[in-house]
Amino acid sequence: MASNDVLEVRDLKAYYLMNYYGVTREVRAVDDITMSIKRNEVYGIAGESSSGKTSFIKVLAAAIRPPLEVVAGSAVYDFSGMRPIDVARASDADTDRIRWKYLSYIMQGSMSVLNPLRRIESTFEDFAARPLGLSGGALRQRVVEHLATLKLGPEVLRAYPHELSGGMRQRVTIGLATICNPEFIIADEPTTALDVVVQKDVLSLIRNLQRQMGASVILVTHDMSVHANMADRVGIMYAGRLVEDGPTRTLFTAPKHPYTAHLVASLPRIGDTARRPALEGRPPNLADPPSGCRFHPRCPLAIDRCKTEVPPLATVSQEHRSACWRADDVEPLVTADGDAGRDTVTA
Amino acid sequence: MTALLDVDHVDKRYVLGGVLSREHVDAVIDADLSLQRDEPEIFTIIGESGSGKTTLARMILGLETPTSGQILFDGEVVPTRGSGKKRHAFMAQVQPVFQNPFEAFNPLKRVDRYLASTARSFLGISDHTAVDAAMDQALQKVGLSLAEVGGRYPHELSGGQLQRAAIARALVCNPSLLIADEPVSMVDASLRMAIVNLLKTLRDELDVHVIYITHDLATAYYISDRIMIMQKGRVVEAGPARAILDSPQHPYARLLKASVLSAEDAGHGRLTPAAELMRECNELAKRGDAGKLVSGTDGRQVRVYSR
Repeated sequence: MASNDVLEVRDLKAYYLMNYYGVTREVRAVDDITMSIKRNEVYGIAGESSSGKTSFIKVLAAAIRPPLEVVAGSAVYDFSGMRPIDVARASDADTDRIRWKYLSYIMQGSMSVLNPLRRIESTFEDFAARPLGLSGGALRQRVVEHLATLKLGPEVLRAYPHELSGGMRQRVTIGLATICNPEFIIADEPTTALDVVVQKDVLSLIRNLQRQMGASVILVTHDMSVHANMADRVGIMYAGRLVEDGPTRTLFTAPKHPYTAHLVASLPRIGDTARRPALEGRPPNLADPPSGCRFHPRCPLAIDRCKTEVPPLATVSQEHRSACWRADDVEPLVTADGDAGRDTVTA
Repeated sequence: MTALLDVDHVDKRYVLGGVLSREHVDAVIDADLSLQRDEPEIFTIIGESGSGKTTLARMILGLETPTSGQILFDGEVVPTRGSGKKRHAFMAQVQPVFQNPFEAFNPLKRVDRYLASTARSFLGISDHTAVDAAMDQALQKVGLSLAEVGGRYPHELSGGQLQRAAIARALVCNPSLLIADEPVSMVDASLRMAIVNLLKTLRDELDVHVIYITHDLATAYYISDRIMIMQKGRVVEAGPARAILDSPQHPYARLLKASVLSAEDAGHGRLTPAAELMRECNELAKRGDAGKLVSGTDGRQVRVYSR
């Protein structure tokens, strides 16, 4: 493990194993992922639903409950002042020790995360009193100071979740996740339900806090434009595998996997009316994934080799890896000129 | 030229509390728009949550009655629930598509049953082969077929397929107006463009009008002919979509555009919120001055305030 890495994932396989009347069925939600996250870095994970990103996050958050099981591999955290901990097979005592203080979680859907029957201050007591070792006035003092950095006044503490707007609630959940100065934050779709103005506000808040604390963030969302502006590096997941990862700029300007090229090309932009292509086909069923490269049934570049051999995640240039047999042939998709509106289609 | 839909200075006020309560919320204030029958278009309503865009859509669908003003469809006041045959005829013309297809369909019912019951009640056919033909025709329009969807339950289809099936359901009775409330916000990035492109095809090839409700400016720019930007119940800017989104004039419209995350400068981390515009919008909201809509040169209307 490089000393600069806070997390190293190696050959991680986590399957949902189900046993119906003696017949074992496995869903390969996370299949052979190898990656690492540096200190003080925002790493974005993109992928559609059922690409395994939530299962991957569950392993990283040490929330592995049956039927999800780690079949092979490891996910090792190296927090300062601690021996490395492999969350894939950590004891309960170990996960208790790192949770919230070193490893925290910003959850999606702030309405269902906060207890509707408890005031915000009670929620802070529930979450933060033990890891911080504070109580009463001292705890309250600390919480008020922390909320101020999130542009929330002390009156929020007396409120119930339903009295706050969506943006304020999301800031409260960010406050909960960051009050113990964790070294690693998992953010699962932190802004999906918010409108554009609030979204940008919340994202810049996460980014600023992350810089101040020097923490690492793993940011999961399917919205590529969020990754474009938040992440230092981005990893793309498809059907349980990491198919490409690299610095954000490189991935957006020179993708080396056809799926990434498609994701980038399909983003509509204001001021550009060229027709955006849609990807045909549907995400594969993980209980019975396609042979070879799992993207081959939808891939415009597929050749015979793709149907039988699984491409490894190979380095294409510095820090940039792609799992594609034809990585050298992937061109950024340039959409055809022309207005998408009806006015010029007839021309 | 005849108006297909004419929303004429409509207000919607909800009273909070009991009979004696004087508290109220103005969900929609003085909304005005009209769609022409001969010019199929995609009309987009943009706004933050709570801006009244869904309330306006519900009024057009006849699910809510306006507090003042009226909504005319084809020259007649939109019939609300319980008005019998008229309502039935109206529903065949105006159909909704909802945000989350997984919630719109009952998970215990097969998807094709929804299409079949729509065909039976609105097309007046009961013969099996005729119903199947009507369903297949509607599904073909969205790039599916009865062979793919028939007999399947919602969980057996992908999100994109299910949303397309929801649109096909709406198309069974050959409506002239579709009201799509955030149809892509729950759909994956790779399938989003499939739905958006489909809406465009419906307009261009089937002459269906679409009212597209969203908070995503980029897809709005991509498909809309006209847009209307709403804030706290009021229309703040309306007119030709591309002109407005290229150079918005109202502070709130400018704030919306400034908040769009662009992929152009990927990796540069441009996240500074437009604090100046936000302050301007807050001040306008505090002043309580309603302002009024003024028509500009390029066909747009902008709300201006007395200084």
